[in-house]
Amino acid sequence: MLFLRHCFEPSNFFVDQHIMTIDQTIGDLQNEFASFPDWEERYSHIISMGKGLAPYNEEYRNDEFKVKGCQSQVWLHPSITDGTIHFEADSDALIVKGLVALLMRVYNERTPTEILNAPPDLVSRLGLDQHLSNNRANGLASMLKQIKLYALVYSMTRTT
Amino acid sequence: MSSTSTISSTAFDVYAVRAEFPILSRTVHGDVPLVYLDNAATAQKPQCVIDSISRYYQYSNANVHRGGHALGAEATALYEDARATVASFLGAEPNEIIFTRGTTEGINLIAASWSQMVGDSLRGRNIVISGMEHHANIVPWQMVCERTGAELRVIDVRDDGTLDLNHARTIIDEATAFVSIVHVSNTLGVTNDVREICSLARAVGARSLVDGAQAVVHHATDMRHIGCDFYVFSGHKLYGPTGIGVVFGRADVLATMPPYQGGGAMISTVTFERSTYLDAPMRFEAGTPNMEGAIGLAEAIRWFKRIDPSALREHEASLAKRMHADLSSIDGLRILGPTESHVGIVSFVIDGIHANDLGVLLDEQGVAIRVGHHCTMPLMKRFGVSSTARASTAAYTTSEDLDAFSTALFRAIKLLR
Ligand SMILES: Cc1ncc(COP(=O)(O)O)c(C=O)c1O
Repeated sequence: MLFLRHCFEPSNFFVDQHIMTIDQTIGDLQNEFASFPDWEERYSHIISMGKGLAPYNEEYRNDEFKVKGCQSQVWLHPSITDGTIHFEADSDALIVKGLVALLMRVYNERTPTEILNAPPDLVSRLGLDQHLSNNRANGLASMLKQIKLYALVYSMTRTT
Repeated sequence: MSSTSTISSTAFDVYAVRAEFPILSRTVHGDVPLVYLDNAATAQKPQCVIDSISRYYQYSNANVHRGGHALGAEATALYEDARATVASFLGAEPNEIIFTRGTTEGINLIAASWSQMVGDSLRGRNIVISGMEHHANIVPWQMVCERTGAELRVIDVRDDGTLDLNHARTIIDEATAFVSIVHVSNTLGVTNDVREICSLARAVGARSLVDGAQAVVHHATDMRHIGCDFYVFSGHKLYGPTGIGVVFGRADVLATMPPYQGGGAMISTVTFERSTYLDAPMRFEAGTPNMEGAIGLAEAIRWFKRIDPSALREHEASLAKRMHADLSSIDGLRILGPTESHVGIVSFVIDGIHANDLGVLLDEQGVAIRVGHHCTMPLMKRFGVSSTARASTAAYTTSEDLDAFSTALFRAIKLLR
């Protein structure tokens, strides 16, 4: 099993006492995105989020961690420490990288249960579905699906 | 009419042409005006083409070649008139015109039927294509090679995006059975000397096919002048409907070839022991054809032929020149292929910027271009890129479109750098 192997990989120790729930973070992002007067500001924000994304470990830049269903290349690598999932992610396209960063803000450093119980309508709540073409919205959905799959696998390995 | 145009042409009124295309006045993303520069993917349709399809269904629809009643006879006459219109557009005879779904099906039809005809004799022989082919002119030949043991040879593309004709002269040899070449590259906008390549093929007794998908809107296409055995194109890039395409096949060559698909309309008699087939082109058109497609395509050709070809060429050349100049002035931008061409297809990459990001930000500004590999993955590899941005013009493209493109591109680059 591809996923299971990663479950036991040691991960970098990561300190983050996030206090906001997933719902609160989405609410936060919602306010952020609602405040942009036009596409330029919106994209400028997405792009700067992308530029701020933590560097991706080159070791994981391979097909195994590539997210399928995206037009650009997207990599997503999970690890778990003390019940919290730590993701590393990257894309070769800057806007997609920004969207990856957005997902990281919502889903990174969460427990599997938190991720699995998160509301499914992130994309529409941020109003991104109106702004992203079908392809890009599908790409975002593929990333989200991959995040949830990893969470599901981790949740199952903990209970067995 | 606007007087702000920097592209002047006395014989050609681009604003009048443009007015015939209803879709060009729409907006996208709410109220952003559409700037359509993805014409190499598909062209928009003038009102007369849209009307011809709707008129066909309102007035003349019946199955063709089944005879029996007035509507059937009328529909058949329209369909066969369409064939004659295509034939005269190509300088060919109507019995040399086969209607297909498009370029892709046309190449598959020829590859399948021809290879079936020559059969096992292909082992030890070769099929020649070029390094700038669309996947539609690669994969069908690979399939033939896999099936028959023939070797696939590829003419080199030089750094300036042109074909290396000297290389062509070395690899087209006595063992060559077929040469299949693109006329105008959908990625580079380069025009190949297909006349020369077809004559190389003829000299060694090989058959030749020219993929004219991009060429028919830019070049006078006279089959006898080019000297090819086959020529294929799609209606949708020639201001016509989708789902209709054309194979030209030289009459004497088609006469020797077996059917591609079996079914109704292509047979002469059928018994359970054996069927006999009609002559070309009917032999290659099994089943009910795309009748409104053929009729719409004929209307598109009539529309296209009303435009003065030299004025159109001048118009497109000046658009291409302007695009090349605008793009060349951008820091870190590289144009793939020739920087001079009268064909308005320009592919480019920008240092440190992913083509997808450009596509997204241009789209936000209403500018439709294509980003990706353009179904020419081997050519991408040749130039060491995985994707490019491609802008492509049409008869209705104005200098204002190019202004908007430039402005949008600058804003996109500013955001991405
Ligand atoms: C050069 C070339 N060949 C073949 C094709 C395939 O045409 P179609 O998809 O209409 O069959 C295209 C269209 O993109 C093309 O540009």
